[in-house]
Amino acid sequence: MTFKRKLISTAAMLALSAGAAHAQISGNVVRIGVLNDQSGTYADLAGPGSTLAAKMAVEDFMAKDKSLKVEVVFADHQNKPDVGSQIARKWFDSDGVDVIVDVPTSSVALAVNQIAKEKGKALIVSTGASSDLTGKACTPNTIHWTYDTWQLANGTGSAIVKTGGSTWFFLTADYAFGHALERDTEAVVTKSGGKVLGKVRHPFPSSDFSSFLLQAQASKAKIIGLANAGADTTNAIKQAAEFGIVKGGQNLAGLLVFLTDVHALGLEKAQGLIFTESFYWDLNEQTRAWSKRYGAQHGGKMPSMGQAGVYSGVLHYLKAVAALKSDDGTKVIAKMKEMPTDDPLFGKGKIRADGRKIHDSYLFEVKKPSESKGPWDYYKVRATVPAEQAFRPMVEGGCPLAK
Amino acid sequence: MTEIFGKPLPVIMGQLLIGLINGSFYALLSLGLAVIFGLLNIINFTHGAQYMMGAFAAYFLLNKLGLNYWWALALAPLAVGASGVVIERLMLSRLYKLDHLYGLLLTFGIALVIQGGFRHEFGSAGLPYSIPAQLEGGQNLGFMFLPNYRAWVIFASLVVCLGTWFVIERTKLGAYLRAATENPAMVQAFGINVPRMITLTYGFGVALAGLAGVMAAPIYQVNPLMGADTIIVVFAVVVIGGMGSIMGAVVTGFGLGVIEGLTKVFYPEASNTVIFVIMAIVLMIRPQGLFGSR
Repeated sequence: MTFKRKLISTAAMLALSAGAAHAQISGNVVRIGVLNDQSGTYADLAGPGSTLAAKMAVEDFMAKDKSLKVEVVFADHQNKPDVGSQIARKWFDSDGVDVIVDVPTSSVALAVNQIAKEKGKALIVSTGASSDLTGKACTPNTIHWTYDTWQLANGTGSAIVKTGGSTWFFLTADYAFGHALERDTEAVVTKSGGKVLGKVRHPFPSSDFSSFLLQAQASKAKIIGLANAGADTTNAIKQAAEFGIVKGGQNLAGLLVFLTDVHALGLEKAQGLIFTESFYWDLNEQTRAWSKRYGAQHGGKMPSMGQAGVYSGVLHYLKAVAALKSDDGTKVIAKMKEMPTDDPLFGKGKIRADGRKIHDSYLFEVKKPSESKGPWDYYKVRATVPAEQAFRPMVEGGCPLAK
Repeated sequence: MTEIFGKPLPVIMGQLLIGLINGSFYALLSLGLAVIFGLLNIINFTHGAQYMMGAFAAYFLLNKLGLNYWWALALAPLAVGASGVVIERLMLSRLYKLDHLYGLLLTFGIALVIQGGFRHEFGSAGLPYSIPAQLEGGQNLGFMFLPNYRAWVIFASLVVCLGTWFVIERTKLGAYLRAATENPAMVQAFGINVPRMITLTYGFGVALAGLAGVMAAPIYQVNPLMGADTIIVVFAVVVIGGMGSIMGAVVTGFGLGVIEGLTKVFYPEASNTVIFVIMAIVLMIRPQGLFGSR
């Protein structure tokens, strides 16, 4: 009798504890929210392609580990911080979203960064750029995955100054991202012995850059640094060609250029551009295989580095959740920092205490039309910056977590 | 070097010219809106989408049929105009008896559907379209480098605007049109097919948007959202000029382009808003618009 009772109570306890272990996953589902620009200026470089990348990560994770139930949802933040904040709050408060990923448009990313911290949830920024996310605005709930403004500035800025681009004029998108990119690049230019002759801040987004380009032309700077992104960058490059800026002896530096931008410009206009990115589909066997799978589900388009970063970030997140058997935001982010990263797109890497994901960075040059062997064959690698040097040293960022 | 308010004169001259170029697009687009509003009393919110369709038509003509820019200049407005005729016949013509608001809602809805469709099909990053070979290069004016293509835009837009104004205000056809808006029944009694005239007028207004789209394609990217960004400014231009006033639309179009250009020199951050500030002031002082009569 007593033995039987003991048996039953033990069984009950076991069941309870199993239940408790399960309850660690809120709602029994790990819900991933892809928050980005689904329809505007940044929709091609992030947008639905990022949602697809997140779904592919879930698929690949589930193929090996069936212990979790995972769902992917997405929303359009329209590049507006207020819209993005509203969605993030609703997702965290009532829709059971455990982690938000992607978040292009630094102003939105910085806003969601605060909300994730406040709610104890997780945020993995891939397409958002501002280096402040792992600097003065860093939190224990955010990982900055793919690239940042410091990396771009350091990679592209110093390479250009070294090859004689000593005087600069900035064309800057007038919001958090543009300001951060301009600030980080200016620091590199000045440090490498260059000089900034002037800058102009244009409204975001803009379609006509002619008058800003005229001001850049009048400055006589050797390099016109484009501290903007997406359609703003491609329009500026296109119109600079029209106003004879490159023929007049000035050169353009695209400080943030995505593969999708080069595609939109066409090789004829984009050839010779030099810029920094963390990923290109044609880097090695693994990136090619993955990108081919991605393209097959995305109208033949190849992934941008932001989209590739979403895949890599989500995959690592799910590994951490499975290891921890919990989707508690703060704990998962801590676990992610503990575990080394490894995936087919970015290879082996790690995440620093300040939330910065570390991997190699590449200086690319856009091929001439004659060098390109087919659609999407756009880049050649000029230099590889090793992971340890590619990103801002932790001590310089001013992130309290780094101490 | 001569300076005005601390800015070198050549910079200001350059910006004035750029303002004129942008003004050309505002003028062409607001002209179409003014014609449609003046004669049909419809506030055509689809205008931006139709401008975008013009640019896409040029892109398709080049890439699918191999017809160059000059063909596009003639064919794209016809195609876009024809699509406008279909919209007018099937939908807009049923709304003339109702309040303005219904026409506005319908055209706004159509614009969203068209834009959504294009975005779904072509993405939002834009497609490339090159400047025609004949208009490549540019002239060094001393104070700035003026691309030939932009000079062409100013010229073509002036010709089209003045031509339209002339037809409507100075010819017999224009007199019929104006009479038909005042008293359609009377004009019909004289044996003129008023509904057809109205349909063709809408088609013409829309074709103007398509033409502006073709001219914009080589400068801006062919982008599903290009119209949505521009149309708000163009509506402000029409409101400032006075709804329905053709000369008003043209003059304010060019004028505001220039003001916007100057803002970009003195306070670039405000260049997106300056037109709306002017609109607010004009609405307070002269609600019917600068050239409006009502």
